[in-house]
Amino acid sequence: MSAILECDEVVRVFGAVRVVDGATFAVDEHSVTGLIGPNGAGKSTLFATIAGSLKPNSGRILFSGNRIDRKPAYRVARAGVVRTYQAARVLTRMSVLDNLLLASKGHPGESLRGIALRPRAARAHEQRTRARALDLLSLVGLDSYALAYAGTLSGGQRKLLDLARVLMLEPSLILLDEPMAGVAPVLRVELLEHILAVRRDRGITFLIVEHDLDFVMQAADRVVVMNEGRVLTVGTPAEVRANEQVVDAYLGTAR
Amino acid sequence: MSPALLEVAGLEAGYDDALIVRGADLVAEREQIIAVVGPNGAGKSTLLKAIYGLIRPRDGSVRFDGEVVTGARPDRLTRRGMNLVPQTENVFPTLSVAENLHVGALVLPREERRSEIERVLELFPLIAERMGQRAGSLSGGQRKLVALARALVARPRLLLLDEPSAGLSPMAIDLVFEKLVEIRSLGIAIVMVEQNARRALGLADVGYVLDTGRNAYSGPGEQLLDDPRVVELYLGGSGTMRTSRG
Repeated sequence: MSAILECDEVVRVFGAVRVVDGATFAVDEHSVTGLIGPNGAGKSTLFATIAGSLKPNSGRILFSGNRIDRKPAYRVARAGVVRTYQAARVLTRMSVLDNLLLASKGHPGESLRGIALRPRAARAHEQRTRARALDLLSLVGLDSYALAYAGTLSGGQRKLLDLARVLMLEPSLILLDEPMAGVAPVLRVELLEHILAVRRDRGITFLIVEHDLDFVMQAADRVVVMNEGRVLTVGTPAEVRANEQVVDAYLGTAR
Repeated sequence: MSPALLEVAGLEAGYDDALIVRGADLVAEREQIIAVVGPNGAGKSTLLKAIYGLIRPRDGSVRFDGEVVTGARPDRLTRRGMNLVPQTENVFPTLSVAENLHVGALVLPREERRSEIERVLELFPLIAERMGQRAGSLSGGQRKLVALARALVARPRLLLLDEPSAGLSPMAIDLVFEKLVEIRSLGIAIVMVEQNARRALGLADVGYVLDTGRNAYSGPGEQLLDDPRVVELYLGGSGTMRTSRG
């Protein structure tokens, strides 16, 4: 299996703190890779450097063999890497459905030419997009809120909308930052199943920061463990669970 | 018999034209941990905000220590002994950790602030190491601990916690839930909203399951965990996805 994402000695410094301190690991294409570690290990910062919203101080990040560590976030996203946020960001003054429609790309109706020359194609595309958005909303349990302002959603619901947004985009690599925090247990099972189905049917790769270990252990093929800005170990969920260093640094009694 | 520490009756609250909490009841006695669980959007956070006066209830009542405090200002409630830790945006990011705690202690007499902060720091050695660091440079989980400590230095009798375990590593969750038991033993009551329902209900003296802004079920925490109706509505039937250790 080839690597879709490679982080090579990535360093990111805030003031005097080396939050990411030489992180090196690879994410296999079509895999679900878990990224775990204690609070403050540098997971979210690493996410931001991969997604291009932060520049690494040193080190290289390769996506499909091409360097992305010097690219701005929008170009990283266009290349096929999108992320969600721990505290989800939604467009509060737009409807829930519009939040999703805006996320999808390549509308023929976006350009005057598209509308003028291929009106039927533009309309058909819009209908398909809309149908898919509604499907995704029902998946995350938000279908009855489709026409409500996204600003009226609760914290947990906003995370679900954010998750639907990245699924709408269908990029090559999805970075999920704690998708399950604040999500009701009954929904977690469904979201896990969906993520696995998306990977299987569409070949999308997932890199997931998550503290819900049961989720990580069920979802992930491989798990990367970070501690103090570095990669402590990489392995299958079972290997990681049995690793004494991981138990000491992270799992405690939770294994 | 003295009145309950917190008594919420028929509370209704929401935003603009959306009514989110539609007649919720809740009672917390001294030294009790109360867990409020429920599906996303059930109105759990809004309930906490309405109790703490961040949004004005449209109907119903909140009694704290026997006195009606419905719609009272949050700062007044903090002085009376109620404090809230929000889900996000719960620290002052441009202030240092030490300054955050100092702000939390401002409701105390000047001469007691320092000793109270030191007492709380004994509960949180992880924070004590980072007193000079800007709170905005902390990770999500570390901020949670600072926010909890900030609320505690005001010496509350009732703590309202919005998802204390979300975003925390398994070890940190163990730590926080241990702290909650310690906090209870100090005589402080806790009302927490949690998605880590099995842990929260396992710990709680009383649990409330909220659905569409109303009380669906309530009872001793352990009992709710075994209630098939609660499993159906909220926990999920398979049991394969036990959150954390379950």
